[in-house]
Formats: sequence, C-alpha cells, structure tokens
Amino acid sequence: MPASEDDAIVPVDVIYPRLTEILQETFNDDTLVARPELTAADVDGWDSLSHLRLIMNVERAFKVRFTAKQISSLKNVGELAALIETRSGR
Amino acid sequence: MSAGLYVELEWLPKPPADFRKRCRELAAAADAGGTDVARLASFALTQDHLERLSETMTALRERGVGLAPLESFKLGIIGNATLDGLPSALIASAARHGIALECVKADFGQTLAEALAPDSAVNSARPDAVLLALDHRGLPLSSSVDEALAFVRALRDGFRTNGGALSIVSSLAAPPETAFGSFERQVPATPRARAAAFNATLAEDLRGSQDVLLDVAWLAETVGLATWHDPTQWNLAKFPFDQRLLPLFADYVARVIGALRGKSRKCLVLDLDNTLWGGVIGDDGLEGIVLSQGDATGEAFLEVQRTALVLRERGIVLAVSSKNDDAVARTAFAKHADMLLREEHIAVFQANWNDKATNIAAIARELSLGLDAMVFLDDNPVERNFVRESLPEVAVPELPDDPALYARTLAAAGYFESVAYSEEDRRRADLYADNARRAALQGAVGDLAGYLASLDMHITFRPFDAEGRARIAQLINKSNQFNLTTRRYTELEVAAFEADPSMLTMQVRLADRFGDNGMISVVIARPDGPERLEIDTWLMSCRVLGRCVEHMVLRELIHQARARGVRSLTGTYVPTAKNAMVSAHYEKLGFKLIENLDSGATRWELGTHVEIEAAPMTVDRGDASLLAV
Repeated sequence: MPASEDDAIVPVDVIYPRLTEILQETFNDDTLVARPELTAADVDGWDSLSHLRLIMNVERAFKVRFTAKQISSLKNVGELAALIETRSGR
Repeated sequence: MSAGLYVELEWLPKPPADFRKRCRELAAAADAGGTDVARLASFALTQDHLERLSETMTALRERGVGLAPLESFKLGIIGNATLDGLPSALIASAARHGIALECVKADFGQTLAEALAPDSAVNSARPDAVLLALDHRGLPLSSSVDEALAFVRALRDGFRTNGGALSIVSSLAAPPETAFGSFERQVPATPRARAAAFNATLAEDLRGSQDVLLDVAWLAETVGLATWHDPTQWNLAKFPFDQRLLPLFADYVARVIGALRGKSRKCLVLDLDNTLWGGVIGDDGLEGIVLSQGDATGEAFLEVQRTALVLRERGIVLAVSSKNDDAVARTAFAKHADMLLREEHIAVFQANWNDKATNIAAIARELSLGLDAMVFLDDNPVERNFVRESLPEVAVPELPDDPALYARTLAAAGYFESVAYSEEDRRRADLYADNARRAALQGAVGDLAGYLASLDMHITFRPFDAEGRARIAQLINKSNQFNLTTRRYTELEVAAFEADPSMLTMQVRLADRFGDNGMISVVIARPDGPERLEIDTWLMSCRVLGRCVEHMVLRELIHQARARGVRSLTGTYVPTAKNAMVSAHYEKLGFKLIENLDSGATRWELGTHVEIEAAPMTVDRGDASLLAV
C-alpha cells in the first residue's frame, strides 16, 4: 500500500456513502442511510455485540483502528464519521 | 501480509456483490435445497455473509424444507469466553463441508455444569459432538497444567456419559506477551510453557480416544499470535480471538465436523501446464518446461508435486486432467529428470482436448468416487470457473499469481482434513491401481456455450505493427501445437511482412472477465493470384482453446479478404510431431480439401462468400468500429 493512500484524509462525502453500505451489510437492511444523528436505538438489531461487528467492518473498510474507549463511547453515526475522519488523517 | 491467504479465505472465490439478495431469494424459493445452500457457502464469506446464510438455512428449516444432500449434525458449544457469533458462522461454514449443522450453545462460562448435568441444555439436546472452545485465560492453568487437563477430561467424560456425545477439544493459543522473552519456554510456570505442556498432553490424551482435537494453537501460529489475540476485543467483550478470524475459525471447525462425517475429499485432480510445471509442454518441449532445482519458478512447481506426493502417501488418489496431447503430456512423467510425480502415482490420466468438466466427471466415474470427493487444481481461471459452474460439487481452489504459493494455498484450503489415520488409509491410493489409465468420456457436462457467453470476451484484431512485433515473432517461433504450418520467421522478416501492403497480417488479442490474455493468435496470408489469399501462418495459444477464437479469426479473415476483392482462401496443414490437434482444423471450419501432397500435407480452400456464425464476444478492429456481434 503506497504511503500516500494510507495518509490521505478521507473526506466526509466519501465516508457517508461508504458507511451507508456498511450499515446495510451489517444490519441486513437496505433502507438504512448513514446520517449524523442516526443512533443504535433507530436500528433493528444494533446491540452491543453487533456494534463491535459494525466497528470491525468500519475498521476494515477505512483501514483504521479505534481504542476500546472510543468504541464504547460513540453516541451516533456523526461521531463515528468524525472519528474515521480524524483517525484516517493521522 | 501473507496471513491474508488465511484470514480472507483466499482459496475460495469472492462472494457475488448481491449475496444478501441471493440469500433472501433462496429463503423464499419454492425448489430450494441443500445444494443451493452449499453453493452459497462456497464463497469466501465474511461474518456478515455467514449470518445471512445461516438465517436463510433457519428460514428454510422453518418452512420444512429439507437440506439434503447436506448431512445433519448437531453440535453443542461450550467455552470460557464470548462465542456469540460462532453458532451462525459455524452453521453456514458447515454447509461448505457437506453438513447441515444445528448448534446448541451453553451460556458463557457454563462448562462443567453443562457436562455433568444430564438435563443441561447441551446434554438434553443429545448432540453428536460438543465443541470445547477453550481459552487459556479461563482454565485453571495458572495453578497447574495437570489441573487444567483434569478439568478437560472431566468435561469430556461428562458429555460422553450424560450427552452421548464425542468432544472436539481445542488446543490453546499461547499469548504473544512474555515476561522472560526467549527464556520463557524454559520457565515451567509461565503461560507460554504451560500452554505448550497442556497441548502436548492433550494430544496424547486424545490419541486413541473417540474425541478429536481442534488444533487452535496451530491455527493461531499460522496466522500469527499477534493477529490471533486482540487485547481490545478481549477487554471490550471477552472475545477469545480477533473476530475478523471468525470465518477462518468456523471453517476449521467445519472441516473437522465434515471429516467426522466422512466428507473430506479423496481425490486431487491436477492440471499440468503451468500447474505441475512452468510453461506449455506441447509448445516448449520436454527441455523447455520449467521444473528444476535451483530455479525459483522451478522450485515452486516442484513444491506442488511434492505436496501431491505427500497427499498420495496418506491416501489421497491423484489424477490428471490436462488439455494436451496424451503422448506429449506423458513424456514429462516418463522422461523429465526433475519430475517427482511419475505415471505410477497417477490413477487416471486424462490428457485430451475435451473440456475439463467432462474429463473430471469421467475420472470420478472411473474411480467410483462422488464428485464431492474431488479437488481440481488449475492455474487457469477460465477453466476453474467452468468446472465450478458445471460441477459445483467439485472443490476448485482459487490460485494466486505466484506459483510459489500454489502448494500453500492448496494446503490452506483443508480439503483433506482427517480425524484418524490408519494403515488402510496409507494404502488407499495404491488400491486405486495407479496405472495412469484413460477413462472413457461420456456425454459432455456443463453448458459450454452459455459459459462462453458469460465470459464477456473481447477480441481485438490488428495488422502487424511495431509494438506487437516482438511478441509476434515469439509466438511464431515457439508455438508448436496449434500451428498449421509451423513456419518460423525472424523479427526482421516479421517487420518485412508488416511493411508489405500486399500481405494480410493479423495479431489477435483476447480479454475476458478474468483478465487480459494478451496476444493469443497470429495469422499471415499472402496473395496467390489476384483473387486468392494463401494462409501462410495460422497459430494460436492453447490457453484459449475451446473459446471459438478460431471461428472469429476466420470470420475476420473473410471480412478483410472481401474488402480486398479476394474470392477464396487457401490454407495448408503441414503435419509435425506436435500439431496433430489441428489436423482437422480446416475441415472443421468448412474448408474443402483440394490437394493431398506427397509430404503428407493437405491443402484446403474456402470461398469468401461463406458467412461464419459469430461467437459471443465483442470485436475491436482498432478502427473505432466496436462491433457487438
């Protein structure tokens, strides 16, 4: 993997469409759309274990790794997107 | 980096983009069955995919749909860490190994109670087997190895006595962290030393018992202990290993269950050119194939042969399916000094020009083995996919570009998993009478025409040019099999043809959905009077045999000949020791025999008024007229 790709900042307009795909795949629901205010309570089957599966899918797709604290303190998709943006930008 | 082969299950083809939709459709299909489930399981599935397929199987069962020919197996699961994702991953992965699995999972940490109470959830389900998924952190390993082993024995006894089940016991993956470094292994009370002692005694305990080992220590070492143990996931949810490895772990368990039910594969069918040796023996000759010690590529192919021989030693039957002239292909086995495989190691030897699905079916029939006992190893993605689509029961591993990884990929796929090894197994390959016999072909299997149409083939015709010159000369000088006249020309002579407007020259390329095959055919025709063209050279790479390329080349020849006002094409077949496969080339294309020469050569003619039916591929002539035909 060339360094330039690893270091690239992932722009928000790329993050959200990709998150939509991941949410649909993780929770098997084609109607899900990633938007900042979306929370676990809005999605069928989004419990603590599937949350970890979602995070793993995000980590794989964006080639990032989160800490346990970050993973367990996420409030909504907006915070997840912000985290992806900053972690990718390192 | 190379752990990717394992982590991503790279021997399996990538799942289709619409996998979830296919699962939904199958769950609702009127004529669904185990075969459809097994087909969906045959891809490299992620945990999400495995969940979807497992849901589909549940939906089918709830509808009362039987999952035959998958064989039923009920598995209890106990462990001392979080195993919540495991049952669905196991259910879907087991379908890949011929099993319709049901799982009964005990609650977190309920191990001894489950084993000892006859009315526990696991025991009362009367499972066929119980998976003891043990993590080093949950065992009394810190007090003593003996205590941990006694605990495992108690579990095994409990499930045998109270549940009538055999146990599948995991070995322990040691943590990568050490207190002492390299010295750790020599300090008996350390985690690393204890895990090693536990694993060694566990293997002893299990030998000769009805219970079987799931060697998690080996799996974890294979992908790397640092990959296996994920501290974040352990801290968050007590996951015993990185859950990205769940599809791999589930496949390993499913292999063992498949082996318990006799589903392991029994026969390895090998392609020859560029699978057992480098190069094409029909074109490159006995001396030209790459297969020698000291040559990096040669070593890679030797390793494939070594792997096949080791498998044969332990009872796997070997067979050959190759698009080759039979006598030429056998020469390598009989005469090449570096070949490890000899004809006496091969039970059935199919070298011919028929499609491979038909040949593999013939091999299976000849050996009285089911198609689900066969594995087919071939470097060519088009061949692999045709066999997969025609004979979905046959396992066909994906292979990476580098032949150095062929042997490892075959081993990683775990087709030949076993739970026992007897003298009989050792002798089984011999029992199949390895006389490299030919099996009679019966009716063709598979829809070749439909498959060709699905390949998205794209053929490109260009006259000779400077860019293509070196490759044209190379093909002219090395093609032996699909070569009508075997006339050799130097690069200078090729350049002269290129510059001579009276000559009709053609370089042909073919691409398909598996990639670009590059230049695969060359034609040179020269004027023979004002209205006739004599085909001086017509050759093609055997890699694209059976793809209708020669029909399309003739179609293009006629098209260009008409534009020149030519009324007929003549061609000559000059027989050599190697080109018998094209002896009927002109006849098959509709040419009329006009002359039998004393040399044994034949001359043929075809009028350019003939219309040749188009094959399913798009045509590019480089004049911007991209024709879909």
